[in-house]
Amino acid sequence: MSKLQGLLFGLSTLALVVVGVFLFTKPWMPPLKSDRGGIDDAIWLSLVVTGVVFVATNLMLAWFGWRYQDAPGAKSAYWHDDPRLEWGWTLATAVVMFFFLFKALGLWAQVTSPAPADAYVVEVTGQQFAWNVRYPGPDGVFGRTDSRLVNPGAFNFIGLDPDDPAARDDLTMQNQLFLPEGRPVRVRLRSLDVIHSFYLPEFRVKQDAMPGMTVETWFVPKEAGTWEIACAEHCGLGHYRMRGVMTIVPPGELDARIREATAE
Amino acid sequence: MPADVLEKTPTFSGPGGGAGGGGERPGGGPGPSGDGAPGILGDPAAFALWAFLGTVSMLFLGFTSAYILRRASADWRPLAAPPVLWLNTALLAASSVSLEAARRRLRGWDLPASERWLLATGLLGLLFVAGQYAGWRQLAARGVFLASNPHSSFFYVLTGVHAVHLLGGLAWFVAARRRLRRLAYAPGEDGLRLFATYWHFLGALWAYLLVLLFVL
Amino acid sequence: MAQSTAAHTHEAHGHEAPRSFIFKYVFSKDHKVIGIQYYVTAMLMAWVAGLLAMLIRLQLAWPEKTWPGLGRFLSAGFTDGVMNPEFYAMLFTMHGTIMVFFVLSTAPVSGFGNLLIPLQCGARDMAFPFLNALSYWTFLPGCVVILASFFVGAGAAAGGWTSYPPLSALPGTIPGSQAGQTLWIVGMVFFIASFTMGGLNFLTTILNLRTKGLSLMRLPLTMWSMMLVAILGLLAFPALTGASLMLIFDRHFGTSFFLPAGLVVSGQALVGPDGAPLHQGGSPLLWQHLFWFLGHPEVYILMLPALGFTSDIIATFARKPIFGYKTMAAAMVAIAGLSFVVWGHHMFVSGMSPYLGMAFAVGTMLIAVPSAVKVFNWLATLWKSRITYRTPMLWAMGVVSLFISGGLSGILLGQSAVDIPLHDTYFVVAHFHLIMAGAALFGVFGATAYWFPKMFGRMMNETLGKLHFWLTFVAYYCVFFPMHYTGLAGHMRRIYDPYQYEFLKALQPINQFITVAAFVLGAAQLIFLVNFLWSALRGQKAGENPWQANGLEWTTPSPPPHGNWPDEIPEVHRSPYDYSVPGVEADHVMQTDPAPVGERAPHHAG
Repeated sequence: MSKLQGLLFGLSTLALVVVGVFLFTKPWMPPLKSDRGGIDDAIWLSLVVTGVVFVATNLMLAWFGWRYQDAPGAKSAYWHDDPRLEWGWTLATAVVMFFFLFKALGLWAQVTSPAPADAYVVEVTGQQFAWNVRYPGPDGVFGRTDSRLVNPGAFNFIGLDPDDPAARDDLTMQNQLFLPEGRPVRVRLRSLDVIHSFYLPEFRVKQDAMPGMTVETWFVPKEAGTWEIACAEHCGLGHYRMRGVMTIVPPGELDARIREATAE
Repeated sequence: MPADVLEKTPTFSGPGGGAGGGGERPGGGPGPSGDGAPGILGDPAAFALWAFLGTVSMLFLGFTSAYILRRASADWRPLAAPPVLWLNTALLAASSVSLEAARRRLRGWDLPASERWLLATGLLGLLFVAGQYAGWRQLAARGVFLASNPHSSFFYVLTGVHAVHLLGGLAWFVAARRRLRRLAYAPGEDGLRLFATYWHFLGALWAYLLVLLFVL
Repeated sequence: MAQSTAAHTHEAHGHEAPRSFIFKYVFSKDHKVIGIQYYVTAMLMAWVAGLLAMLIRLQLAWPEKTWPGLGRFLSAGFTDGVMNPEFYAMLFTMHGTIMVFFVLSTAPVSGFGNLLIPLQCGARDMAFPFLNALSYWTFLPGCVVILASFFVGAGAAAGGWTSYPPLSALPGTIPGSQAGQTLWIVGMVFFIASFTMGGLNFLTTILNLRTKGLSLMRLPLTMWSMMLVAILGLLAFPALTGASLMLIFDRHFGTSFFLPAGLVVSGQALVGPDGAPLHQGGSPLLWQHLFWFLGHPEVYILMLPALGFTSDIIATFARKPIFGYKTMAAAMVAIAGLSFVVWGHHMFVSGMSPYLGMAFAVGTMLIAVPSAVKVFNWLATLWKSRITYRTPMLWAMGVVSLFISGGLSGILLGQSAVDIPLHDTYFVVAHFHLIMAGAALFGVFGATAYWFPKMFGRMMNETLGKLHFWLTFVAYYCVFFPMHYTGLAGHMRRIYDPYQYEFLKALQPINQFITVAAFVLGAAQLIFLVNFLWSALRGQKAGENPWQANGLEWTTPSPPPHGNWPDEIPEVHRSPYDYSVPGVEADHVMQTDPAPVGERAPHHAG
């Protein structure tokens, strides 16, 4: 029997390793624009470690798969147990996994920690198929909303209660979000209808907007500019076009930009 | 599930062994379990029944966790138990007692008595289901329906799913009674053992649901 | 006295062979026939689900292109030759649903499990043959209902195979959530009932009907996987049953299990005539918990049999015992057990408590350990072995390769914070297609080539088999490996037109590459179809043990007769992997070989 199959398997595995690893070194992730660099570092470290394992195991698979093909006079080694070896690689794997786990838990605690007290607060309410942004206004209080008061014809998409004094100075807009540069931002996420997911690729922010709940997430935008808001949870036919635009502005300009946008 | 469906020959092969359920015993060759002797884990039909009870338990465990989570919501309005439920509970408990009596009579080969107690079991079970339906009507008369509030939703769903399983048990009762009348069991054989396991499980499950819904 | 009467009764009665065509091949109670029925049905469903995938890929590569031919043929899904978003949503929903349940839970488990369990355990049939037949005839209506759902007014379910409410609970939120979603639930109930019946049969047979001498530690690893799959199914599916029931009530009877107050659909608040909200404090999160409580063990149901097949096949074609048999079995047990406590890793960004997120990250990272151990053991098996590459061996090596690739990406996804940018992107799609779908699919192909003699008494064609493998192996990686990169770039899942977003526009060429590879992958399956059909009818006739393997299934003619062994059922004396035993001239020692040949003691004493 020719050694062709083993050769093919070995070569294709090698090709996978070379091409796969090479392409992983390319910068796929959008450049980071927030304080969540810990996530990028964790990804990089994970790729390095899993990359090493990927290369090592695949090289062995390729080599063994080629080298130990049947040949005249060949015989298998009747070796099928080695407890010390097995304990060794099991413990080594467990140690690596525990290492990743501890790092992951620490990072998670950081990311899910409560926002700083002086964070800039904004509310985003997802709906089919738009992002409703609301600022609390000068009084700093979000007014009462009620689903029964929703009136798209009157541009009251989220059901603001006009009788609530706190609601009178709330500023709302759709698919636009202005946030201050360099300051912690706390986003309160809600949904009117189905599950959406507030996704800011460059900021490593993603949080499901769950109907019946207000979920919060916070981050620090690090650079002024314009970026996209995407929906990352299948929410219906318009899921693909639930696109918003987020503009990060120097703090001094923020109020002006918001007023300008709501005037439209 | 009716014993016939399980195509099992009773563990002791007697005159009934070949005549009942096709007599086929797919079991393996000579071996720890393959020759019809009770296997390591008891006879296959009993094992399968216990596995199935595990599945049913997981179903109600799922409902239980949903119930506990849901109970934390602001819109929870505790329901008062429809009075007939307590009667139904007594009926179901009585049916377990009568079933044990039937079982004992069968082991003692007193077939007419066994059949009477078995019939009582079936009737009590049927009364239970009717009583559960009456309970639903009592609630409806109070204006409490499936969608009225979360507690009522769970009440209808849990009692409904339990009742469906009990109807399955009644189907098994019909099959068991038929086997009894056809003299499909052998003297000394605990022919009603599997049916009793299932039936008592449903009784215990009902007691659990009662506690979950109205006591805890 | 009773004992010998029993023995006489059982051997004499055995299992009366049916005579009419309809009871031999249609309403058969024979596990081999039932296994093939399941297998063929699953493979037919695979063609449907595969075609759905081709359409998905078409849309992702060229979203605004018109397809006049397709537009005419599938007129309900296209407008002026352009695919509709509602059609696209149906495509990915039903592709996932059919593949996960009706193909990859079925072919390896109900198909090969049924075929192999009595044979590898030394039994004449499953413990409950009638129940077995019933399970298939419950499965088939499920398939019919699922396929029928495509043809109802507003189309099949379109809320994703995960059917998250409120999208799946409110018909007004997407067309597929009308009758299509109801039929989805009905189809799933049939499937779950069938799987439960099968699980009872599998578990009872493996634990109670093994032949003499066949202790658990002498079982082929395929049997371990089937046993664990049965346990997983019996304990996990009820969560989805309960959730499905509650979803039906939310959809049709106004309850609020999953629907909260304050919903507004298309500008209309969901309130009754008196102004009170129609729904109260239900929780969409509850569905997710219940769904994934099943969903996670479910993915191991797909994967474990492939791991079992791979071990059996590698041992045979490397002529070497599986390294660390006990560890391999224990690893599968650990994987199965841990699979019950990791479900929340699908929900890291769902809004559930961050403390839960931590808890689920722990189990998820732990489950990598037994998985890695299996890879190391396979590598150790291959080391200093003597490999012959027949088609089954190629597929088994492919499973190992995919298991490595797919498993490693799991290590990123399991770190809860790392999951934040990666959740619901193509990184996840890459992960599960490599490790779950890929391993299961390659496992099925390997098992088919390996146990074909026991299915049809013939061998599959080697040349076609190898050609099919190579095209599939290369194309499969070309389709799914690049998704790691698009996922890192942020490409979301379930998205009808990604290029609405600036940050995704540059990825279109990659999507096009993937699509072309997907077409090659799809086309390559025609080779399998031809090979399968031709070989079943005209393939080279197979003897009892064409692979010179050790297991009990190779001690009986191909295909086995009614009752599996023409005479007595053999007794087992050793492990199934005694290949190349020193001091023995033959390079394999059958499990049934009584003498402790060349060895001072049997290796895996019961």
